[in-house]
Formats: sequence, structure tokens, C-alpha cells
Amino acid sequence: MIKKSSVMSCRPTHSSIEWPTIKPEVLSKGLSTVSVLECCPISTVSFESSMACTMNNSISDLLSPDWLTSEHSTGTSIMAVEFNGGVVIGADSRTSTGAYVANRVTDKLTKITNHIYCCRSGSAADTQAIADIVNYHLEFHEVQLGEAPLVKTAASVFQELCYNYRDQLTAGIICAGWDRRHGGQVFNIPLGGMCVRQSFAIGGSGSTYVFGFVDSNFKKGMTKDECVQFVLKTLALAMSRDGSSGGVVRLGIITEDGIERRTVLGNELPRFYED
Amino acid sequence: MSSIGTGYDLSASQFSPDGRVFQVEYAMKAVENSGTAVALRGKDGVVFAVEKLVTSKLYEAGANRRIFNIDTHIGMAVAGLLADSRQIVETARTEASNYRAEYGGNIPVKYLADRVAMYKHAYTLYSAVRPFGCSVALGSYDEIDGPQLYMVDPSGVSFGYLGCAMGKARQAAKTEMEKLKLKDMTCLELIKEAAKIIYIVHDEVKDKNFELELSWVGAVTQGRHQKVSQEVFAEVERYAKSALEDDSDSGNDDM
Repeated sequence: MIKKSSVMSCRPTHSSIEWPTIKPEVLSKGLSTVSVLECCPISTVSFESSMACTMNNSISDLLSPDWLTSEHSTGTSIMAVEFNGGVVIGADSRTSTGAYVANRVTDKLTKITNHIYCCRSGSAADTQAIADIVNYHLEFHEVQLGEAPLVKTAASVFQELCYNYRDQLTAGIICAGWDRRHGGQVFNIPLGGMCVRQSFAIGGSGSTYVFGFVDSNFKKGMTKDECVQFVLKTLALAMSRDGSSGGVVRLGIITEDGIERRTVLGNELPRFYED
Repeated sequence: MSSIGTGYDLSASQFSPDGRVFQVEYAMKAVENSGTAVALRGKDGVVFAVEKLVTSKLYEAGANRRIFNIDTHIGMAVAGLLADSRQIVETARTEASNYRAEYGGNIPVKYLADRVAMYKHAYTLYSAVRPFGCSVALGSYDEIDGPQLYMVDPSGVSFGYLGCAMGKARQAAKTEMEKLKLKDMTCLELIKEAAKIIYIVHDEVKDKNFELELSWVGAVTQGRHQKVSQEVFAEVERYAKSALEDDSDSGNDDM
């Protein structure tokens, strides 16, 4: 197994937004000799990348169920819509490890600042770690700046991380919120680390089933309640077709006054054609 | 007021018995020896005017400018040792560039002023380096926050201003500025007044030649900092020179 990432991702990182790393010497002291060998069957792979890649271990994998060895993924449906005065964000609540639902009441809407939230899809571990780092940077920035940071700033920090570490991460993030300069904004940051502002954005494995629905039903200039209904219907459709999405719908409405959170339980969701 | 430090002024890492850091004060004296620079903040923009003293007729016109661009939306006028100020300009430009790379937007001028102030202050702490012998004025305009003007002096202290002056004739320039109602003036009015102040405070006897540098950033330039255009420059210079003659004439009326 050739470690190709060291050759291909020689991306100059001028910024101070870097992945916090533990020095290998510190790390090895915490691991016993036996477990180190198990993690790194080929000695050329460094500690840092071995922690990031999925472990292909032994024959025992073939005998045990997939959920013992699969990575936790937020195979997901997430969505965010802008309206005049704020944004509506929504997500399902299923975290799956293979076929087993590890958490059926997950909260995928993670706070970055009081007025900026992100919807996480992809690897649960990766997105939690990224959101944590962005949270740290934005908090620091807010103190230095003396005022609430812009949504564009948060999206930019997400982009720095998702792009510079694109080979090691699986993260599809929608960063949305309100700031006093530009009002409600939604930024979509998919797998490769691009960042683009959109009037509405959908993401996660469930989104593939609803592209047609959102494209035909979105209208510019919707009110807050229309947006909420739009998000609910879309997520309900995605959750009914995608096996990796389900549970409840978690909503967030972010305006100048902060966030209003709602949970819509399974039996209250809009229902569609079912025989 | 001039006092000799005698022993406590050899390095910036020493206080004097009466609590002064002489090296920093000497740095401020270096600023006082340079040509005057004024910056005015009005209703819809910030203007800079600099009296650039020309010590020899052999110099190329327009050499050694004293007004710089930090990113597209911030202007910086300097007074003091020009080489020192050039390093501050570079530092400010790097800060603005890093901010843009990390956070994806224009650096707020207040934040930049704080960073420049911290940087200059760092040089007042150690005996291995000397403080910067320059004061800088940073100005910017944006639609939401309006015009903003900050000045950083060699000690690393930064204040926000409605109008500020640095250099040899700064007291006289301040007196002239206080006569104006800066808050209600537009950029075009301000630039004329700024040029007039420079002409008034310029000392004809001691410094023969000078070049006037003018720049502005405001609604009139859509938030970009730039030198004033040729036409505006000519008109403003005419206004300033004629106002100067009027002033000197009015003095004779009393006889």
C-alpha cells in the first residue's frame, strides 16, 4: 500500500488553520508495542495517517458483522434554505455503522457561533472534529474582532480545513447562519473542499433522491414558515427513500435573535405516497 | 521640555526613574522631524494629504511616496523614517493578505490597526532592537460601518480619529482641523481642506520644495483607496493655493 497522499497533497498551507496534531513520540508512549504493530502492518505509514485511514486488519473482519468494523457515518439528509432575515436548517437523525443504527436521535446541526450553525454529513468523526476546530477559530476571531463573525468567515475556515486535508477527510458540510452585514446566508462545502454560496443547499446520501423535488419546488422570496415546510417535506421524502437517513427531523431557524430549534417526530412528518 | 536621559536612554528595555521609556520618546522625536501628514474622516470617506519634502531638485518627481495601499480598501499615510515605515507597510500588507486567506474577506481596519500597534509595541520591549521611528495613519470606508481612521504612533498605541496630523507642523495642522466640522463634510470638501491645511502649515523659509500627495477612500471611490485623479488634484491644488493667498491678504487689511 503506497502512501500516495504524501506525493500528491503537497499543498502549501500558508494559513494558521492546521490540523492539531499530537507528536508521534507522545502518541507512541500511549500505545503498547503490540497494538502499534496491528495498526501499522507496513512500517512506512506514519502514525498520523494511520489514525485517519480505516484499519484493514485481519481475517477476523470477514467473520464479524459489518458494524463492528465499519466507520461511523452520518449517511444523511441535510438541508439549508435562505430567507429574508435568516436561514432554516434541517437534518435527519440517523448515524449508521454499516447496517446498524448507532444513534437514532443524532443532532447533526452543530453550533459554531450563536448565529452560525453547520449541518454535518459524511464521517461522523471527521465532521465532529472539523466542527470543533472551526468553533475554536471562530471563538478566537470573535474576541479579537470585538463583534460577531460573518457567516462567510466561518465558511472560509471550513473550506481551509476541508480543502487542505481533502485526502484524509470525508466531510460534506453545509454552513449557514445570519450576520448583520449580509443577512441570512447558506454555504455548501462538499467533499473536495469547494465553497459556494447558494439560496438553498442539500447534502448527504439522502439528497440524491430529492434533487428533482427541490429544483421544482423552490421559489425565491419564501417566508420563514414556507421555508420550514419546504425543508420538512424535502427531508421527509429523502428519509423515506434513503436507508442511511431516518429518525426525527431536527430543524433550526436562525435569525437576528439567535436560533429557534424544533424537533419533528416520525409520526408528525409529512407523508407521501405509500400503498 | 527636552530632557536628556543620561544613562536610562540607552535601550528600550529600561525605564527611567520617573517612569519613561526614553527610546520610545526619541522615536517620536524622529517622527516630528518629517514632513507633515494629515488625515481627515468625514461623512462618506477618509482623505490623506502629505507634505513630501523634496531636498534636491535632482530627484525624480513622484519618488518616495508616503501614502500606500494596504489591500484594496485601506490606505496608509506615514510620517517619520521612511525606511522604517516601509517595513510597517509590508507587515500590514502581510496581515491583510493572511486575513483574506484564512477568513475569506477584507480585513477590518480597526483589527488591522490593532495588529500593527501590537507589532510596533513589540519593538519597544527589547534592547536588541529599536522602536520604529514612524507614525502611521490607516483609513478605510465601507458601506455598513462607514469611514474609519486610526493612527498608530511609535509606542504602539492606536486611537481612532476624526482628524489626525503627524510630522513637524502637526500642532498647527491640528489647530486648523479643529476649525472644521469634519463629521458633515463629504470627501470632495475634505480633500480641499486637507490640501489647504498642508499649504498653510508648510514652512516656506525652512523647507523650500515640497510635493503634495493626495489620496482618498470613500463612497466616491466605491470603497477603494486610490490617489486622486489628475483633474481633481489640479482643482484642489488651485483651491489650496488661492485660499493661502486670501489668508495672507486678509492679514494686510488691518493696516
